[in-house]
Amino acid sequence: MWEQFREGLSPMSRHVVLVEDEPNITEAIRFLLTRDGWEVDTHADGASATAVIQSAQPDLVILDLMLPGKDGLEIVRELRDCETMQALPILMLTARGQMKDRERAEKAGVTRFMTKPFSNREVLTAVRDLHAQANQIEANR
Amino acid sequence: MMLGLRQSDLAQRVSISPSYLNLIEHNRRKIGGKLLVDIAEVLGVEPSLLTEGAEATLLSSLREAGADQSNPIAELDRVEEFAGRFPGWAEVLMRNHARIVTLERHVQTLSDRVTHDPQLASSLHEMLSTAAAIRSTADILVDNKDLDESWLDRFHRNLNEDAQRLAESSRELVSFLDENNAQAGGPGLPADEVDRFLSDNGYHFATLETDEETVLEVIENAPQLQSQAARQMAQRLLVQYVNDARFMPLEEMLAAVAEFGVQPDRIQARFGGRIQQVLRRLAWLPEDRLGQEVGLLMCDASGAILLHKPIGGFSAPKFGAACPLWPVYQALGQPHVPLHHVFRQHHGRGDATLESFSYAWQAGEAGFERDPQLRAAMVLVAAPETTKAPIDLGVTCRLCDAERCTARREPSILREGF
Repeated sequence: MWEQFREGLSPMSRHVVLVEDEPNITEAIRFLLTRDGWEVDTHADGASATAVIQSAQPDLVILDLMLPGKDGLEIVRELRDCETMQALPILMLTARGQMKDRERAEKAGVTRFMTKPFSNREVLTAVRDLHAQANQIEANR
Repeated sequence: MMLGLRQSDLAQRVSISPSYLNLIEHNRRKIGGKLLVDIAEVLGVEPSLLTEGAEATLLSSLREAGADQSNPIAELDRVEEFAGRFPGWAEVLMRNHARIVTLERHVQTLSDRVTHDPQLASSLHEMLSTAAAIRSTADILVDNKDLDESWLDRFHRNLNEDAQRLAESSRELVSFLDENNAQAGGPGLPADEVDRFLSDNGYHFATLETDEETVLEVIENAPQLQSQAARQMAQRLLVQYVNDARFMPLEEMLAAVAEFGVQPDRIQARFGGRIQQVLRRLAWLPEDRLGQEVGLLMCDASGAILLHKPIGGFSAPKFGAACPLWPVYQALGQPHVPLHHVFRQHHGRGDATLESFSYAWQAGEAGFERDPQLRAAMVLVAAPETTKAPIDLGVTCRLCDAERCTARREPSILREGF
C-alpha cells in the first residue's frame, strides 16, 4: 500500500541543486554528493537561481547566503511563494553564524543551516536527514 | 561681554590676562571669590548673574546623570542642594558622567561597525568560504585514498589556489582592522573632537577672516583634531565658514549688527545671499566684539544635531533625541519659511528667555529621482525684555516636567515642578 503511494511521487529520486559562487566549494560538494548517489546540478549566480531551481524541480536545494546578483534569503522567499516549492527542503550555507541572520532566514523559510567552514560529514548528514524527513512527510500524507 | 566693554579692557581692570578671562568665559576655569566680585563690579551686575551659566550646565548635567540610572535616584529634586554643598564632588560626577556617555557612544560605534560594516562582512565571508573550500577538499583527500589521478590533481590544485587566497584575504582583513583601529584611537569620537576644536577657538577664526591662514593650515595646526574623520568634518565646516565670511566681511557684519541688532532678515537685506548663510555667520562672529552671546544649532531632517554652539539658558541633550518643540524642528516642517520664536527652556532655577531665528533649506541638488535633503539652523540670542510672551519647551522628555504636553514621548523622571 505504501509502495503504491510512493511510486507516483518517486520518493527515491535524489536530485539536488547547489547554488554557490565559490567554485572550489562547489567542486568538493559535487564530488561528495555524487559519490553518495545524488544527481548534482550547480549554479553560481543569485539573480537567475530561482528560475533555475523552478525548472529543475529538485528534491533538495543547497544555497549560499551571500550570492552575487541576489541575496540568498530573497531566493528562499521567492521559492516559498511558489506553490510547488513550499515543502522543498532548503539547506542554507552561511559564513555568519549570527543570530540575527538565522532568525531572518528561518522566517524566510530555510529548513536547516550550516555554518562555514563545515566538514564533509556535516554536509552528508544534513543532506541525508533533510531527504529522509521530506520523504517521511510525503509518505504520511 | 556686556556694556560694549572689550575683553582685554576688562581683563586689565581686574588684573588678569585676556586669555585667562577667555577661559573663564567659556567655563573652562572656575571663578570665585574676589575675582568674581571684581568682575561683577566692573560690569555693574550681581556676582550671581555671572556664575549662572556655569551653574545651569552643572545642574543639567547632574540631572542627566541621575536620570540615566535604571531607577531614577530619589534625591533628584535635591540636585541644587548637592551641587551647592559639594561643588567639587558635583563637578567630578558631571565629568565622569560626560565621560561615560562618550565611552558608551564609542562602544556603540564599534559594535555597529562589527555587525554592519559591509566591507568587514564580505571580507569575513570570503575568508570563511575559502576555509570551507579547503576543509572540504582536504576531507575528500583524506577520506578517499582510492582517488584516480585526474581527481587528485584537481583537488591538489584547488587546495593550492585556496591556500593562497586565504593568505591574501587574511592579510587584507588585518590591514583593514589596523587602519580602523588607528582611526578609532585618540581621545574620543570625531564629533567630540570637532566640538572641542570649535569651542577652544571661541567659534571664531581670525586668521581665516584675514586670509593669514588657509583652512588646511588651521586644521593642520589644531591639536584637538586627532582623527581623519574629525579633520574632514572640520574642513567641511571651515570651507563654508570662509565662503560665508567672504560674502559678509567681519567689519561690515559687525557694523550691521550694531545698527540692526541680531535681525537676520535685515542683515540679509544688506548683504544679499541666503538666510542660512546669515544665520551661520552670526554665530561665527567674535562674541567679545559683538557684545552678546549668540548660540547656534543646526540639524538635519532626522533631527540629529550637526552643530551646537552653546548659549546660556539653552541645553541640548548629550545623547538621544531632543524636545520636538524646539523652533528648529518647527522650521523643518516648514522649509524656506523664516520663523521667529521667543521661548523659555525648562532648565531649573532662573530660566532665561531666549529669542530664536530658525530656517530650513534644501541642501544639495534635488531631482525627480532624488529627494531634497533638508537642513535647519536656529540662531539663539537673549530676548529683549519687551518681546512677546515666551512659549515653553524642554531639553528632552525625561528631564522635562511640562504638564499636558502633547509632544511628550515618555514620562518625565522628575517628581516635582521647577
